[in-house]
Amino acid sequence: MPKIKIPKGSPSIDMTPMVDLAFLLVTFFMLSASFRSDEPVQVSTPSSIADKIIPENVIMVTIDKGGRVFFNMSNPEARKELLQNMAGKYKIGFSQEQLEKFGFMSTFGCTMRELPSYIDMPGQERARVNTKGIPLDSLDNQLKDWIFYGNIAALNTGQTAYQEAKLKGESPDPNDFKPKYVLRVDGGAVYAHAQNVINVFRDLQLNNLNFVTTTELAPQ
Amino acid sequence: MADMGEGGGGGDHGKGKKRAKKSSTRVDMTPMVDLAFLLLTFFVLTSTFSKPKVMSLVYPAKVDDLPPGERPKINNAITFLLSEDEIFYYVDQYYSKANPGPNGPTKLLKTDFGPKGVRKLLADGNSYVLEGKEKLKEKLDKKQLADTTYLSMLSKLKQNKLALKVLIKTDDKATCKNFIDLIDELKIAEIGVIAPVDILGSELELLKENSKNK
Repeated sequence: MPKIKIPKGSPSIDMTPMVDLAFLLVTFFMLSASFRSDEPVQVSTPSSIADKIIPENVIMVTIDKGGRVFFNMSNPEARKELLQNMAGKYKIGFSQEQLEKFGFMSTFGCTMRELPSYIDMPGQERARVNTKGIPLDSLDNQLKDWIFYGNIAALNTGQTAYQEAKLKGESPDPNDFKPKYVLRVDGGAVYAHAQNVINVFRDLQLNNLNFVTTTELAPQ
Repeated sequence: MADMGEGGGGGDHGKGKKRAKKSSTRVDMTPMVDLAFLLLTFFVLTSTFSKPKVMSLVYPAKVDDLPPGERPKINNAITFLLSEDEIFYYVDQYYSKANPGPNGPTKLLKTDFGPKGVRKLLADGNSYVLEGKEKLKEKLDKKQLADTTYLSMLSKLKQNKLALKVLIKTDDKATCKNFIDLIDELKIAEIGVIAPVDILGSELELLKENSKNK
C-alpha cells in the first residue's frame, strides 16, 4: 500500500484575483459615491411612481414632521448672492468668510437674526443643533424673502450657465437652466403646514412645484 | 517583508554556507485584502446611489377672490376631500344644505387608497383619456407617430373637455402622505387638471360628520 503523502506546508491561496476584484470595486464605489450631506433634518418622503430626476438648479424647501420649515439652494454662487441680498434687506452684516461658508452649507432653518451665529458653528454642531425653522407667518414672512431673492439669484446663475453652455457650442434648452422649486415634505407632516409653504410660493406666482418622492413601481 | 511566517523559502535554517536567500517573491496579501474589503464595505454602505425623484404638480394661479355666485361651473369633475388616512369624494357640483341642488344637498362617498378604491374610481371616470392613450400608444408602437407628437397629443387629450378634472380639498388633519398618495393615483390615472383648492366651511362640516376621527 502506497503511503498517502500529506502535503506539508501552508495551504496558502493565491489572493491576487480577489485583491484585484476588491480594489476594482473599491475604486468604483469611491468614484461613484455621492455622500449624504450633513442635513440638520431627517425627512422620510412619501413614495410615488414619478421618475423625473431632481433637476440641477433647485430651490428646495423642506418641511419636517413637526412642521418646521427649512430652506436650501443648490448653487454655491447663487447662495452667496442670495445671502448678500438678504443681509441688505434685514440690515445684518456678514463677513466675507461667512458668505463663503454659507455658500457651501446645506439645508438650514433659522431666523435671520440667528443666522450669523449658526454659520459660525462647526459643521457637526450645525447638524445637531435644534433650530426652530424659518418663520413664515404674515407678520414676519422670512421664507418669502428667501424664496424671492433665491429665485433672482438662481435665475442669474442659471442664465450664466446657459450662456456658458451655448459658448461651448452645445444647443442647450434654456428651460433646463431655470430654477425649479422643490418641496421635500415628511410623509407624516400635516398637509396644512405644507399648504402654508405652498401659499408662499403661490403668492410669488411660482405655481409649478415639485415634490420629492421615493420611487415605487408603477402598477401594470 | 516577503513571505512572513509560513515556510516556503529556505530562510535561516541552513547553518553552513552563506547562500543567497532563495526566498519566494510571494507577498502575504491578507492585510491588504482586509483593508480592501473594509474600504469596500464602507463605500457600499455610505454611498447613495439613486438621486431622489420629483413629482411635479402645477398649482392654480392665485386670483383675487371671485364674488359669490360667479364661481365657475364645474363639469365632469370629482372633488376629493382628505382627512387623516380617510378619503371622501363627490362628483360634479357641490350643493350645500342651505342651497340644495336638484337631488338635495351633496352627500360624501367614502373610498380608500386600495386598488379597488380610488384607482378604480379614477380609471372609470377618466376612461375617455385612458382609452385615447391606449390608441395613441398603439400608433406609437407601430411607428406611425413620433415621440414628440405622441406627447403633445397626450397632453392635449388630457386637457380635453371630456377628460376628468379633479379638485382636492384637505382638512387640517390630512397628512402630506395622504395628499401625495392621492396625487400619485391621479398621475397613474392620467388626470390632466389637478387643482388643490381651499375647503369651504360647509364642506369641512360635512367632512367632520362623515369622518370617524373627530
